[in-house]
Amino acid sequence: MQTELSSPHDHSGSSSRVMMLQVMAALLPATLVAVWLFGWLALLQLGFAITACVVIEWGVLRLTGRDGSAALDGSAALTGLFLALVLPAAAPWWVALIGALAAITLGKQLYGGLGYNPFNPALAARVILLVSFPLQMTTWLIPLPLPGGIDLAHFSNAWTIFTGGVAATGQPFDAITAATPLGRLKTALHGGATVPEALAAAHYSLVDALLGREGGSMGETSALALLLGGLYLLRVRVISWQIPTSYLASVALLAAIAHAIDPDRFAPAPFHIAAGGLMLCAFFMATDPVTSPVAPRAQIVFGIGCGVLTWVIRTFGGYPEGAMFSVMLMNCLVPLLDRHLRPPVYGRGAGSLR
Amino acid sequence: MHSWQRMGVRLLGGLLPLARPWVHPEMHEDAAAAPIESAPLPPLFVVPVRQHIGESAEPVVDVGARVLRDEPIARPQGYVSAALHAPTSGTVVKIEEHAIVHPSGIGMRSIFIEADGEDRSTGGWEGWPDWPERDPAELRERIRACGIVGLGGALFPTFVKLARDPRHPIETLILNGVECEPWLACDHRLMVEEAERIVAGMAILRHVVGAARCVVAIEENKPDAAEAMERASIAGGLHDVAVRLLPVRYPQGSERQLIETITGRQVPAGRLPLHVGVLCVNVATSAAVADAVLQGRPLTERVVTLGGEAMPQPANLRVRIGTPIDFLLRRQGLLDLEGIEIIQGGPMMGERVLYPEAPVTKGSNAILAMARRPVEPESPCIRCGHCLQVCPAGLMPNELAAHCRNDRFEQAEAFHLFDCIECGACSYVCPAHIPLVHYFRYGKGQVAAIRRARAFADASRRRSEAREERLRREQEERAARRRSRRPAAGAGVEERKQ
Ligand code: SF4
Ligand code: SF4
Repeated sequence: MQTELSSPHDHSGSSSRVMMLQVMAALLPATLVAVWLFGWLALLQLGFAITACVVIEWGVLRLTGRDGSAALDGSAALTGLFLALVLPAAAPWWVALIGALAAITLGKQLYGGLGYNPFNPALAARVILLVSFPLQMTTWLIPLPLPGGIDLAHFSNAWTIFTGGVAATGQPFDAITAATPLGRLKTALHGGATVPEALAAAHYSLVDALLGREGGSMGETSALALLLGGLYLLRVRVISWQIPTSYLASVALLAAIAHAIDPDRFAPAPFHIAAGGLMLCAFFMATDPVTSPVAPRAQIVFGIGCGVLTWVIRTFGGYPEGAMFSVMLMNCLVPLLDRHLRPPVYGRGAGSLR
Repeated sequence: MHSWQRMGVRLLGGLLPLARPWVHPEMHEDAAAAPIESAPLPPLFVVPVRQHIGESAEPVVDVGARVLRDEPIARPQGYVSAALHAPTSGTVVKIEEHAIVHPSGIGMRSIFIEADGEDRSTGGWEGWPDWPERDPAELRERIRACGIVGLGGALFPTFVKLARDPRHPIETLILNGVECEPWLACDHRLMVEEAERIVAGMAILRHVVGAARCVVAIEENKPDAAEAMERASIAGGLHDVAVRLLPVRYPQGSERQLIETITGRQVPAGRLPLHVGVLCVNVATSAAVADAVLQGRPLTERVVTLGGEAMPQPANLRVRIGTPIDFLLRRQGLLDLEGIEIIQGGPMMGERVLYPEAPVTKGSNAILAMARRPVEPESPCIRCGHCLQVCPAGLMPNELAAHCRNDRFEQAEAFHLFDCIECGACSYVCPAHIPLVHYFRYGKGQVAAIRRARAFADASRRRSEAREERLRREQEERAARRRSRRPAAGAGVEERKQ
């Protein structure tokens, strides 16, 4: 098709590839925190997951007779980066490999490739892994910041953990693992403790949670680093404010109200905001352009939906973390939201809610 | 800027102001400092018979006729149509198809005038310095006779807009001095240099439609134009004219968007500005109205910006209608057209000039020479939503384009494909380089074709139904006649039998 015949004859110069690069740049703080906390292990996971995703994408494209160079459009590498960041640092290499396979084939190419997947591929992969390998996916290393942390600073030790599962220090594996704050809270509440008791017993500190010195996936532990990246994305206008704002606000609001009603049973808002994958989901997963609504009002409803579901799953569900599931649940509603919350068309009255 | 530099700027990002939802194309205004000059006369003029929205005009001169400047050479046909006048004195040498600027590359019937070099005029009509005493209808008729159309690019015959409708009185007259596209400077220069003409036209227009208030809309990057307009308004005795400075954004100059910015009201879909009490006129049109009424001079020339990154000398030229574009390019020192793109209008909404020998018409506000951009391959839509954030019509371009591309025209229409003003903002920002406007044009073209086909089918169905109806009626009439001839035999008898 001769497309050049039509106006406009100029372009802003933006491109999908640059946008992917911008998202990767936004993940840089969280990535650096992961390296700070988990040392060589983090670098190994990152390198492995990214390479695996790009190679698998290239393979799938070639097998289906398409142009393999699209594997370099940045989207596969970004999926790899996301994947590494949602894995526990201790996940063995084959878990990462299966994750990469799941992300690219089941999460993306099965639906027709870039732009057609209903879920963020890395998120889909994480859910698949969580269901298939619950043990490996919930073995959280105690993050011990460099320098002076555990021997993971040494490449050989990291390699052993990454491949084998027992630290070369000779310590039993259990000694260097810990549950996430959300997990500890859930267990304690089940055991009959109140929220303040549970948090005190776990030596919970908000500062640690903000900095990331807590158990969790490599990239989701530091709320501050993720916030930094999220603000950058807002600044360069890769994402718009609607989703992260409505998402975080609704979680905070629900948590605050519940906490005010019964502080013994419901954790306070700052705990919820800093804990688990909320920041990662609010700024990176829920805003994934491909899988989120495009219409501004639909984005707000989408964000509120994510927030309500996250809080409900965390508080009443059987699984301690709810951010990821809620985003995927809301992803299913995207076509509906975009269809019914269209922007008002010029000259056709305020509401085009039809 | 090199692509890697651009990429660097994007990655750093902090330099970009947080400003959506509007497009801010880089506003090159190289021609803004170039005073208006008169272009030389070419040896041969080509005047296409349609330079306006509506019906083509009908030539009133024959081949071989000698004409003087300002002499009518084609008269309007129908209500929405505009007269054409000879741009110079000379001889009509032929009337046949010639290339014009049109996306399809089609030609148009044109009147060719060989200039005699003397450039003698008929002198036009009698000037009316006493216009305030005249009836608006009379002024409107003069504007019509002078062939004035919207020079901002809309090309709508001006007198049609000036019709007074008692149900919709015009409250606000907006003079559009907004040039929201990069490179354009013709209106800017006109405001700076000939504000008096524009203001004179404004006074006349206001008198014709009876507007209570006048607003001049200018972008804030043209303070000199605003100052000139303000000064001229006061000098012209129009003390209540409001000069409004508007932020530089795109597409601000588009009539409906401008009306919303100035009055806060949207023109309802399918209606006209007059339905919200507004008349919007481009500043160059206003100047042409002044010439028509005060001096009796028809529209035979306009100011054209010659610009673009590949134009050796940017300029603003007063050009006679019918001057071949390549003649002007040569004057600006642009001889080699290899590897560049000639565009009529701005880069956002302009048309590519496929044949440089095509003439300047009433709608040619700019001729740009742009470096040919490499064609970026279209990649999949990543649903970033940027297109929708910049769309002034409130559409969802990504979805509309998908419907058009997959020939789902009914859905496209249901989602207001025809509300798209083809401003190009969506294509401009799309990171996937999807030629959205291209798909919309395709969709609109197909829908129009389908409608035509349907109308044709309906008409022929109605014709055949009418024919059958007529045949049946004729048969019945024949039968009735037969019966009425028979009654002598037994009508009365049958009646009695019942
Ligand atoms: S700007 Fe382009 S890539 Fe983004 S949603 Fe619109 S069509 Fe899709
Ligand atoms: S070209 Fe049409 S769809 Fe695109 S931004 Fe302009 S009005 Fe909206």
